[in-house]
Amino acid sequence: MVTEPLAQAAAAPAAAIKAEVRDLSFYYGDFKSLKGISLPIEEHKVTALIGPSGCGKSTLLRCFNRMHDLYPGNRYEGAINLFPDNVNILARDVDPIEVRMRIGMVFQKPNPFPKSIYDNVAYGLRVRGLRNKTELDDRVEKALKGAALWEEVKNRLDEVAFAMSGGQQQRLCIARALATEPELLLFDEPTSALDPIATGSIEELIQEIREQVSILIVTHNMQQAARVSDYTAYMYLGELIEFGKTDNIFVKPQRKETEDYITGRFG
Amino acid sequence: MAAISYPAAVGDTVDPTRLKHKLTRNLKERFIELLLMFCGLVAVFTTVAITIILVYESIGFFNFVSVWDFITGTVWTPLFENPQYGILPLVSGTLTITAIAMLVAVPMGTVIAIYLSEFAPHGAREAIKPALELIQAVPTIVFGYFALLFVTPMLQATILPDLPGFNMLVPGLVIGVATIPTIATLAEDAMRAVPGAMREAAYAMGGNKMQVALQVVMPAAVSGVVAAYVLAMARAIGETMVVAIAAGQNANFTFNPMEAAATLTAYIAQVSMGDLEHGSVGYASIFAAGLVLLLMTLVLNLAGHFLRQRYRRAY
Repeated sequence: MVTEPLAQAAAAPAAAIKAEVRDLSFYYGDFKSLKGISLPIEEHKVTALIGPSGCGKSTLLRCFNRMHDLYPGNRYEGAINLFPDNVNILARDVDPIEVRMRIGMVFQKPNPFPKSIYDNVAYGLRVRGLRNKTELDDRVEKALKGAALWEEVKNRLDEVAFAMSGGQQQRLCIARALATEPELLLFDEPTSALDPIATGSIEELIQEIREQVSILIVTHNMQQAARVSDYTAYMYLGELIEFGKTDNIFVKPQRKETEDYITGRFG
Repeated sequence: MAAISYPAAVGDTVDPTRLKHKLTRNLKERFIELLLMFCGLVAVFTTVAITIILVYESIGFFNFVSVWDFITGTVWTPLFENPQYGILPLVSGTLTITAIAMLVAVPMGTVIAIYLSEFAPHGAREAIKPALELIQAVPTIVFGYFALLFVTPMLQATILPDLPGFNMLVPGLVIGVATIPTIATLAEDAMRAVPGAMREAAYAMGGNKMQVALQVVMPAAVSGVVAAYVLAMARAIGETMVVAIAAGQNANFTFNPMEAAATLTAYIAQVSMGDLEHGSVGYASIFAAGLVLLLMTLVLNLAGHFLRQRYRRAY
């Protein structure tokens, strides 16, 4: 439906592109749930995916770290090129584990591991073979500071993560993802299980960490997309309807469908 | 402040009784509640009754044999002319065989559970699980003869030529194999109950299958896995037929798996099938043995309970 989704991005002042979705289709078995999506992800910017339930926004997000590979019967067509290497991370000869080493993810519900706060944050580093205690300590502290959690937990790093509040657990999950210094961080409706105050602190955090990492966020909440994102993509029934700067999408959407959704007449 | 005005009851349009308790419904709910409670009490009553009978019959035994001799004696010959009642040979037999069984069942069962839960493709799991459950359906007496007439001769002919016909090693191994499905299926259930979100988080961090299985899924499932071990161990302690057939039935205070021995259960089976006079000391001795057995499984269950509490996780 969208012939040139890149046009608007190209019109913006030349910025580095972190990833580029190219004519991506995705199949759950025989069901085609993404239909030829093309979309740029700009470096150090927040890109939001919005749309009604079932529009494919989470499916698209989960293509970025090859989450669909965990389940049988899924198939990708097209490409997601990751820069600067310009490699198609959906290619058959690309190891999904290597992709996940570079692209982190924060999930809908906080999902800490049944381990201590420290071990949760250190998990990704240990998976990557880091064993040096001093370096682990430093990186755990840095990640917890980055997730604005350090002051609250520095005296109880040995406690089990489940003892924390929901908002703290989600910030722990962000710290866990930040610890490995990913290039791109995926957020799948990260605040849908949290209260408004915890939601506010997560949104603030997303604003802060975009200095370090490019961000792609799926959200149900249009106000959230308007608050945190630089670019917004509106999806419907597996297609990308409109993509552009968040200000433009929310103030003067080009397409009737987008306007209907944003103004609440639909969805 | 405006007073709240209630609508006036208008003659026959409002039934004044419609919000009152309904007698029939209350009686019905009360009846169902009592019925459910009764079903629950059957289990409690059975356990209490067994304990009372064991203790009561054992008192008669301990009037005749001192408790100290019973728990420290190393000779168990209650059916001889000059009977001795030291329980240790039966305890050593039980512990040795249970230990061998657990050495087989815990690693095998755990590995199978990890494979089934984290690695096996759908088809393989569908084929292996029913096969495992079929092992549980084999009567233990078949395992007993299998141990005596197949496994022992096979070991004698190959790696252990000095193995006596009756020994503790083979019943231990066979009970271990027979208990593998208990651990494998229960531990697999526990691991599959770990939320997919936690597994996805671990994969998203770049973990490979082995790291996810061992570092995330296992710790999350540990309370269920421990419960599987405890149940399997209780089964091994209580297993009777395999031991009665293949271990030799003579109480022998030893922990050497190459020797013949009897266990608590094998002794009880042996004596209760003979025609001992009701009220004789020999007859009472099986209740004392039963009491020791009950205490052993009780300790085990308590240990399992505390381990579960210790590792309980709320996802």
